[in-house]
Order: sequence, then structure tokens, then C-alpha cells
Amino acid sequence: MKIKPIIPDRLESISEDAVKGRSLWHDARRRLFQNKAAVISMVILGIIVVLAILAPYLSPWPYDDPDWGYDFPGPPNAELKHWFGTDGNGRDLFVRTLYGARISLMVGILATSVSLLIGVTYGATAGFIGGRVDNIMMRIVDILYSLPFMFFVILLMVFFGRNIFLIFIALGAVEWLTMARIVRGQTLSVKKKEFIEAAHATGVSTRKIITRHIIPNVLGPVIVYMTLTIPMVILTESFLSFLGLGVQEPLTSWGVLISEGAKQMESAPWLLIFPAIFLAITLFCFNFIGDGLRDALDPKDR
Amino acid sequence: MNSGAQSPVKEPILSVRNIKVYFPIQTAGLFSGTIPLKAVDGVDFDLLAGETLGVVGESGCGKSTLGRGILQLLELSDGNVVWMGNNIGGLSFREMKKYRKQLQIIFQDPLASLNPRMTIGDIIAEPLTVHYPELSAEERTQQVKDMMDRVGLLPLMINRYPHEFSGGQCQRIGVARAMILKPKLIVCDEPVSALDVSIQAQIINLIKGLQEDFGLSLIFISHDLSIVRHISHRIMVLYLGNAVEVADRKRLYNNPCHPYTQALISAVPIPDPDLEKAKQRIVLQGDLPSPLNPPSGCVFRTRCPLARDLCAREKPRLQQIDPDHQVACHFWQEAQDQRII
Repeated sequence: MKIKPIIPDRLESISEDAVKGRSLWHDARRRLFQNKAAVISMVILGIIVVLAILAPYLSPWPYDDPDWGYDFPGPPNAELKHWFGTDGNGRDLFVRTLYGARISLMVGILATSVSLLIGVTYGATAGFIGGRVDNIMMRIVDILYSLPFMFFVILLMVFFGRNIFLIFIALGAVEWLTMARIVRGQTLSVKKKEFIEAAHATGVSTRKIITRHIIPNVLGPVIVYMTLTIPMVILTESFLSFLGLGVQEPLTSWGVLISEGAKQMESAPWLLIFPAIFLAITLFCFNFIGDGLRDALDPKDR
Repeated sequence: MNSGAQSPVKEPILSVRNIKVYFPIQTAGLFSGTIPLKAVDGVDFDLLAGETLGVVGESGCGKSTLGRGILQLLELSDGNVVWMGNNIGGLSFREMKKYRKQLQIIFQDPLASLNPRMTIGDIIAEPLTVHYPELSAEERTQQVKDMMDRVGLLPLMINRYPHEFSGGQCQRIGVARAMILKPKLIVCDEPVSALDVSIQAQIINLIKGLQEDFGLSLIFISHDLSIVRHISHRIMVLYLGNAVEVADRKRLYNNPCHPYTQALISAVPIPDPDLEKAKQRIVLQGDLPSPLNPPSGCVFRTRCPLARDLCAREKPRLQQIDPDHQVACHFWQEAQDQRII
């Protein structure tokens, strides 16, 4: 870690009208960028995202049509630009892995956003109102927790058919429970702080107290939990796809690819290896970023 | 120390009548119910414009609860709070809002009372944004800067965050936030007990200066008798949620008439080793009784050297023994005569 010279900086700013303060967010960002694992993870994740976005331009092969002039399945072949080989239907695995990345990342981010939206609203409301309302709201969460989640998702799929948006909703609807608990706990502890009482004494409205004073102060743990939820959701989606409840052909996700690869593990190992590497690296990256964020946002807990 | 010399206008700005704050406490067991914790159990006083009322008492005697009860930050179980002729006890949030401008509070823990995610400019400006939303951003900033200057903060620090300041500076920010609306009454809830001694003096002098400039009334809650003596015109001694003695500052220190007040004052160290050694201290036996189950009659009788049967039977009322002196003790004359220090 290099120590930057701060003195010249300070001297300059004193001559200005007002000194710019360093917010807690600013400090956290600095600490995050000092964490090597987190920075490398962000770079790798960025590369994967760019690859997924540019997928159609990176390979001459489409993701849904077979290459009739090559083996079904065929091993990796650089000359034909089948870098990861082809699958049992002769489709290029490289393009399919990147298309799978699109679906997997989208599921991860959208389902987490759904859980964030429901969880933060629900948890902050329960925590702030407290008393009996809090009791009832959290008992509802407890009851939902005790329902077998897989059964719930499978039921949804059977009832409404396989639909990518249903997966987002189903996953988000399950993941918000933990988020709600975390936000409620944080809200309860922030609510007791004296600055909230000061706001009451000033006559700040309840809505303003929640949005200006409580939510910014519970955001730290929420962000951390969010980065840890994304890989969890991706994994769950892969699991659902593995069971055959995921996205529909010819669309694909990493879970679908791994599921297919596992069936031909002995004859065509590349079908399993490449998507599995992508999935593992992505999960690793999200977890490292989550770790880095936790240390950055709450340095006391390290 | 000229605060006692000024004679404030003789017209109460705040009248507190028999206020009670009870907290329901869950009892254990199968058939659980709630029993009241009597944090403040019937306190009366008047506060004049420009006057400082010191509130002293040991930990857990209801000092802070009293202050919050007056500001309607806690629900009153009983009693009236009359502010400039209007009863504000039990008003709804909306009805209370117009009085919030005139009633403010300064907290004990300077850092905890400031939102760590807001710049101090935003923190000090918040009361303005709530009560004067029509102000333009420049006017608001100007007012904030003027107030920062007045409380001894450099106005160019306006964009800094609370964690970048020391405890004393944070308390100045708290004072600025309380003062920005030019209130008429500030409840100071142990504003200096978290600060070190040299800083305490600065903050006390700042508050006194503001009081003189703006004609503030103060309710100054503290457990430090020396500080209360320095800043107050009148002093109220609380014991277990009850006022046991209310007197003019000089009278209270020179002629305390309640055995509890006498014990408190005898515990104040004198900055002279010879006097301090010669001084006799009254050491009270036992602990503060539980406010869940206060003693019958006089709340102080369990620790009082003068306690008799009458004290257990009958609760002494606060009686006027002099124009500036009220005491709640059946045997105050005896206590006054026995006084050694």
C-alpha cells in the first residue's frame, strides 16, 4: 500500500471557499480499491460482462444453428473457430457459453433487484414501526421461510409454464426474506440512535426520517448482502436448469449447459469444463467483491 | 458567574404540572401483564423566559425522561405541559410541529446525535428545510454559515462529515442545529458529560453566551453539580422521578434543606486540600430503589438518616419554605438544623 502525500492537497483546499469533506462512502470506496482480490474480481467480472454483451460479434457461429461440417459433438478446434468445441447438436459451445452468461447474469441481477426492492421496503417498515406490526410482519417472514422453496418454485413452473420472467420473480420472491430480516435488524439498531431523536425533535416527517436518516445508514450491509445474493441466485437458477426447470431451448444458461455437459462427461468433457469454469469464476468474483465490500463498509468488523 | 445576578422577567414561559412518564414493563411468567416503571412521577415547575433551570440527580432518577417528556418526544402518562399559554401535552405530530421551532434539544453523545452520512451543513440546515422550505439554497447556506461562525466552527468546514470532527466540535454542531431556528427553550440533556473538562468549559460558555444573546430559556440536565451551579439560576433536585427540592442556585448550595440534597452537595469536591480533608461527607446507605416498586410514602425514606413512621405513611408534598425555595420533606427544619457542612 502506498501512502499518498496529502499535505499539498490540504493546503490548496484551505484557500478555497469550503473544504470538501470525505464522506463514509468515499472512505469505503478507497478501502475497496485497496483490496486486491476485490479489484481483480471486478476486472474479471467486467470482462465476462463485456464478452456476454459482445457475444454475437466475437464468433462467426450462431448460438442456435448447428455447424453441419463438424462433429456432433466436436472437440475444441481453433481452425474452425470452435474454441470451446461444439455440443451434441453441433452448436458452437463458445457462443452458447456467452449466451448462457447473458441469461445467468441477468437472472442474478434482476432477481436480486426484486429481492432488494421487496426486502428493503418490508424490513425498513417492520423495523421502523416496531411493536405489534413488526411482530406480525416478521412472523409472516418466518412462515414463508419454513415453506420448502424448491417445491414452491416447481409448483410455480408447473402452474404457469416455463417462463424466464417467472424465474426472476420466483427467485426474487424467495430471496427477499433474508434481505427483509437484515434490513429490519439494522433499522432497529439505527432507530435508537440519538440523531433519529434529534430529527423527531426538529419535526422531520416519518417518511423523511426513513429516507434521509435510516436508509442511508442501513445501506452498507444491504449492499454487501446484495453482492452475496447474486451468486446465490445464479447458482439456484443453475440448479433449477439442471433439474430441467430453467430456460427454454434454444436459449441457454450455464446451468443448462452444465447439465447437458454432465451427461456426456466421459465422451465429451469440454461440454462440462468450459461452462463450469465460467460459472465458478463468476461465483468466485462475486463472493470476493462481497467480502471486499464488507471490509470496506464496516472496517471495525474485520 | 453573573448569570444569577440577572433578574429574568417574572412570567413563566413554560409551566409543567404534575407530569408523569410511565413505561410499561412486561412481567415474566405464564400470565404476564405489564407493570408501570415510574420514570417521572409527578413533577411540577415553572420556567421563566431567559432563565436556566438546572436538573440534577443520580443516574436513573428520570432527568432525561423529564426533558424528553416536556418536548413530547415521549408520551406523557399524565399531566400538562403549558408552553406560552398552550397545553402541548399529548399533541399529535402535526399539531406539535409548529411548537418544534421554539423547543429544541442538545444531546449527551455529540457524535451519535449527528447522522454520519450527512455533511454538517446538511445537518445544521435540516431544521430550516423542515420549517422554512421556502428559503432558497443560498439563503439557507448563508444562515448555516452564520450560525457555524457564531458557535465557533469555521464556515469553510460546511461540507465535512461528523466523523472528521472532535467531540467538542461535534457538540458545537449539535448546538448550531438546535439554535438555527432561534428557539425559545433548549433542553440540554447532559450536553457536556461526554467531553473532557477543558472542552466542557468552552461548551458551557458557548451555551451561556447564546442564552444572553437570544434570551433563551434552558433546562440544563446534568449530574455534575459544579456545572449546574455555574450555569443555572434555579436548580431542581430529582430523586426517583420526584422533585425533592427546588431552589434558587445560591440558596440550594448554601442552605440545602432536603437530606438528599445535603448528601449530594457534601459529595462535591472542594478544590482546596485542607478544606476537602476537614469536610464531613454524608454517605448515603444502599442503592436507588427500583422505580418499578418505589417505597411507600417518601421515596427517599429507605436511605434517609431522618426517616420515621410518618415518612412511610405519607408522601411529603413540595412545600414553599421561602419565596425561592421549595422542599419535599416532612422534617426539613430538622435537616436544616442538623446540617454540618
